[in-house]
Amino acid sequence: MSAAKTATKRYAMTVDTRQCVGCKACVLACKAENAVPDGFCRQWIVEEIRGEFPKLSAEIRSERCNHCTDAPCVKNCPTGASHVNEGGVVLVTHHKCSGCKACIAACPYDARFVHPEGYVDKCTFCLHRVQKGLQPACVGVCPTGTLTFGDASDPESAVSAQLRERSSKVNHPESGAGPNVHFLV
Amino acid sequence: MNALLEATTTRTNPGIDPSLHIWGWEIVVYLFLGGLVAGIFVLAAALELKSGEKPRGTALRLMPIVALGLISVGMGALWLDLAHRLWAWRFYLFFHATSPMSWGAWILVLIYPVGLLLGLGSMNDEQRAWLRGKTPGALRGLLTTLFGWADGRRRGILVTSVAMGVALGIYTGLLLGTMPSRILWNSAVLGPLFLASGISTGAALLLLLPLEESERKTLVRWDAVAIVAELVLIALMLLGFATSGEVGQWAASQFLGGPYTAVFFSCVVVLGLLVPLVMEAIEAKRHLPFATILPVLILTGGLALRWILLTAGQHSAFRFLP
Repeated sequence: MSAAKTATKRYAMTVDTRQCVGCKACVLACKAENAVPDGFCRQWIVEEIRGEFPKLSAEIRSERCNHCTDAPCVKNCPTGASHVNEGGVVLVTHHKCSGCKACIAACPYDARFVHPEGYVDKCTFCLHRVQKGLQPACVGVCPTGTLTFGDASDPESAVSAQLRERSSKVNHPESGAGPNVHFLV
Repeated sequence: MNALLEATTTRTNPGIDPSLHIWGWEIVVYLFLGGLVAGIFVLAAALELKSGEKPRGTALRLMPIVALGLISVGMGALWLDLAHRLWAWRFYLFFHATSPMSWGAWILVLIYPVGLLLGLGSMNDEQRAWLRGKTPGALRGLLTTLFGWADGRRRGILVTSVAMGVALGIYTGLLLGTMPSRILWNSAVLGPLFLASGISTGAALLLLLPLEESERKTLVRWDAVAIVAELVLIALMLLGFATSGEVGQWAASQFLGGPYTAVFFSCVVVLGLLVPLVMEAIEAKRHLPFATILPVLILTGGLALRWILLTAGQHSAFRFLP
C-alpha cells in the first residue's frame, strides 16, 4: 500500500440492523480476544423497540467505540494516553494512563470504562489483528454477516460500497464527534 | 414520531451504567477547594493592590500560606480519585492544549511558588522572625532570598496572584464545561460561574476570621458583587440552554421543573446566594454583621453548587434524551 494511501486510511465499521439478531457472539468474541475482565465489555447489544402495540418495530444494534474523527476523549486526555493511531483508530496507551477518567466523561457514547488494573479501556477495532491482515474478532465471528470492517477512504472497500448503496445512520450525530460506526437501516 | 417503548442493553460496565458515576466526593471537594483557593488568591492580592498596604490582621497575613495547605488537600482528593494513583506523575510529562485537565495540572504546580511569595511578602517582622527561627540553618539563606524577592517584586507578585487565581477558578469550571457529551456541563458559562463562586467562598472564609473593620467592609462589598455575578451567570447558563435547541432545552428542564430544580434553587440560589446577599445589604445599611451564619451559608452554597452540577452532569448524556 502506498504511503499516501496509508496516511489517509480511515477505518470504519458498518452494522446492518436488518441482519443483527442480537446473539451477542460479537460481545463474547471481543471478550475472549482481548481478555476483557469479567463484569466489563468493550461492545454491547442494544435492543430498541419503538411504536405502540401492536404496531411495533424493533432494531438491534451491536455497539462499540465509534473511533470518532474528532474524538473528544483524545482532546480531553491530559497525559496523551488516549491517541489516534493508524487508520484513525483511537487507542489508549495503558502505561501513560493515570485513570483520571476525563476521557470517560468526554465520550458521547459511554464506550470507555476503568479496567481493574487502573487504566481506561475500550474497543481497539482489534487493530492488532487488522495489522496482520485479519478482521476484528467481532466481525470474524458474526454468524449473520451483520458487521463489516474496512477502510472507508478506499472506494473499493466493502464498507464504502455499503455506505454508498444503503441508507445508514450514526448514533448521536449531534455530538459533533464524527463517529465511524455506521448503522445500515 | 412513535413513542419509545423499550430500550435494553446488555452493557453493565461499572462507573458507566446505568448512568455515569465516575466522579464522586473527591472531585466535589477538589472543585470546592480549588475555587476557594482561587478566591483567596484574588482577594488577598486585590485587597493589597487596592489599599496599597500589607494586610494588618494576622489571619489575612497568613492566608496565602493556609491557601496552599487547602489546595494541597484538594490535590490529595484528586489523587485519591485517580484509578492509577502511582501514575499521577504522567500529568507532568505532557501538556495538551485542548485538555482543561492538563492546563489545570500545570496551573496547580504554578500556584505553589506564587502563593509562597505572596504569603512570605504578607508576613510582618514578628512572623518572619518566627519562621526564620523554625527554618533549618542550611535553608535560612534561601529563606532570606525568598523574602527579598517577595518584597522587591511585590506588585508583580500581587498581579500574578490575581491572574493565577482567575486561571484556577475558571479552569475548575471549564474542566466540566468543555465536555460536549455531558449536556448539563456543556456551557462555557461554568468557567466564570465557578470563578465568581470561588471568589465568594474565598471571601466567606476570610469573613470567618478576625479582620480589620475596613477589610471586612471591602470584602462584604466585593462578595456582594460576586454573588450578583453568580446569579446573573446562572440565569445566563439556563437561558443559554433553554434557547439552544432540543438538547439544550432538555438540559434547562432539569433545573426548571426537572429532578434537580428543588435542590438547586433551595440550596444554591436561595440559601447560598439570595439570603447571603440580603444579609450583606443589611450589614451595609444597618451595620449589623452576620458574623458566622453569612459565611457558613455562602460556603455551603458553593459546595452545593459543585456537588449538584457534578452529579446532574454525569446523569446527562445524549442517550438519555427523550
